[in-house]
Amino acid sequence: MATINGTSLDFRLLDRLSEGHSAVHRLDPRAKVLATLFFIVSVVSFGKYEVSALFPFFLYPAAMIAFADLPALFLARKTALVLPFAVVIGIFNPLLDSRILLHVGPLAISGGWISCASIIVRAALTVSAAFILVSVTGFPAICAALERLGMPRTFAVQLLFLYRYIFVLIEEGKRVSLARELRTFGGRGPGMKHFGSLVGHLLLRTWERAERIHRAMLARGFTGEFHPRRPCRFGVRETLFLLGWSALFLLFRLENIPRFLGTYVTGVLG
Amino acid sequence: MNSVTKIIFVLLIPGMGLGERGFAVHMADALLSPTVGGAMWTVSAGAIAYCSAKVRSEPDERKVPLMGVLGAFLFAAQMINFTIPATGSSGHLGGGLLLAILLGPHAAFLTIASVLVVQALFFADGGLLALGCNIFNMGFVTAFIVYPFFYKRILGANPSQGRMSLAIMLSAVAGLQLGPFCVVLQTYLSGISELPFSTFLLLMQPIHLAIGIVEGFVTLAVVSFVHRARPEILEGAPRVRPIGNHPLRGVLISFLVAALLTGGILSRFASENPDGLEWAIAGVTGKEELSGPSRGIYGALAAFQEKTAFLPDYAFRKTPEAAVRSEGDAGTSDVRFGTSVAGVVGSLLTLGIACLVPFLLRKRHRET
Repeated sequence: MATINGTSLDFRLLDRLSEGHSAVHRLDPRAKVLATLFFIVSVVSFGKYEVSALFPFFLYPAAMIAFADLPALFLARKTALVLPFAVVIGIFNPLLDSRILLHVGPLAISGGWISCASIIVRAALTVSAAFILVSVTGFPAICAALERLGMPRTFAVQLLFLYRYIFVLIEEGKRVSLARELRTFGGRGPGMKHFGSLVGHLLLRTWERAERIHRAMLARGFTGEFHPRRPCRFGVRETLFLLGWSALFLLFRLENIPRFLGTYVTGVLG
Repeated sequence: MNSVTKIIFVLLIPGMGLGERGFAVHMADALLSPTVGGAMWTVSAGAIAYCSAKVRSEPDERKVPLMGVLGAFLFAAQMINFTIPATGSSGHLGGGLLLAILLGPHAAFLTIASVLVVQALFFADGGLLALGCNIFNMGFVTAFIVYPFFYKRILGANPSQGRMSLAIMLSAVAGLQLGPFCVVLQTYLSGISELPFSTFLLLMQPIHLAIGIVEGFVTLAVVSFVHRARPEILEGAPRVRPIGNHPLRGVLISFLVAALLTGGILSRFASENPDGLEWAIAGVTGKEELSGPSRGIYGALAAFQEKTAFLPDYAFRKTPEAAVRSEGDAGTSDVRFGTSVAGVVGSLLTLGIACLVPFLLRKRHRET
């Protein structure tokens, strides 16, 4: 029960973040969607033994969190919760790739550990980028941006319908789940026997809801278009935002900043 | 390989449940190369465009809200767990096959794709680049391979209760074998994970055989309930069957060609030069490398670095040959140590700056 509540609560919290009023929130969603895509492609385009060169990319999530007033700990916790899958696959690399690629003093580090670390860093970067995109833009605005970037209208309407009813139906799923749990004395017997009729009833209620929605749509003259809360305008700010970040990602991608900094600093000290 | 396989089994089995929410294991950005990710994005975007046009041309406009609400229903249904007999672990409905049975392939594909978009954004299941892969592995496979070639074939023209049960069971198993097979293939082609193709396959397929059987039972339970309560829902679905007699094969082939083409074009970026982006830049600018101080920030920084570099031969990543060579040469070990310290210092410094400076700037910005 705790996990169900946790999941839907997290979902809501993440959704609420998009109601912020920072300068980043006010940008046209297209700029943010494109910047995020450019960020992710830059990150994953590195070779598999690259770790240090990925570090500069943490600037983007950190800057977005700082300037959009996002709760850093909440996002960090959410990101950490998603990492295990990448870690589960990545942890095999040290077992399978034991060529020594690097020496740190007396310590010899195999290629497997480096590529495993690379997978974890990649996962942290790409996952946090997705969460940040949704928390500074909001789902409806992302849909509007994608539609303006060429996504078919039918799919945009589908995404918006889905988004509208997720919260309603998650509540319904929670009620059903709670009711069954109370009747089975704390989960003794949530077997498959009653699962079919339980979910089947939920499905039928959903089906009837869709029929009611359709009649309501007809009554209100729905023409297949949702109207976003914020008007879209790709102006100077958006151009600067997109070009600035893209240039920075390109620089991070082509130039190993930690190497540059490291040689510079240790050189000065030595 | 035997001992490694054993260790992998021990590690993987408790881990399998973690990456799962919904249908099957999601492909993740961290394991994906831009080539594979881009190719799968192209295919999935094409399929979305094709299905959108198909659904729009359908006369039954009740489907519009139905698809949306059924997508939301999947989220709700996945909150209801059940205990899998004899194992004690709990499972839930995946739902891809259920949607295909209720909605037909085109509408089901769009609904599954939309669910995956929400999962990628709100739960970061997979990721945004991997979204193309996930839509293909779960949506395309279910709606355009499993539904027409397994479900419809087995069901036949005059379905009995037994035939329907068989069709659902086999389709669920087929879907959960093909989807994970695609995950293995995409992971292997990306080359980020070291898992050998056959080992990974041997791990994924048996686990998903079990998951597929459970999915089959659950889907069967829900479908037979609906069949008893409101049979017209199920009878309506195949009637609006928008699948023609032959065009499906054409669609499948054209998607395959599109995937191979994009993969081929993108892999040129990846294979001819280890750094794909640099190759792309060389292609755009006509030069091997961006050079000269006239080229903005990059040029200026590069020139600055050349002037200030104290250890110009620094190499964080050594080729195995180079590592072996330097192993024998004791004289170079100091240099190596020095460069490693430089590497570690530089990395930590960059990480610190990248994570902290925005917050400091923000704080100052707020105070003033």
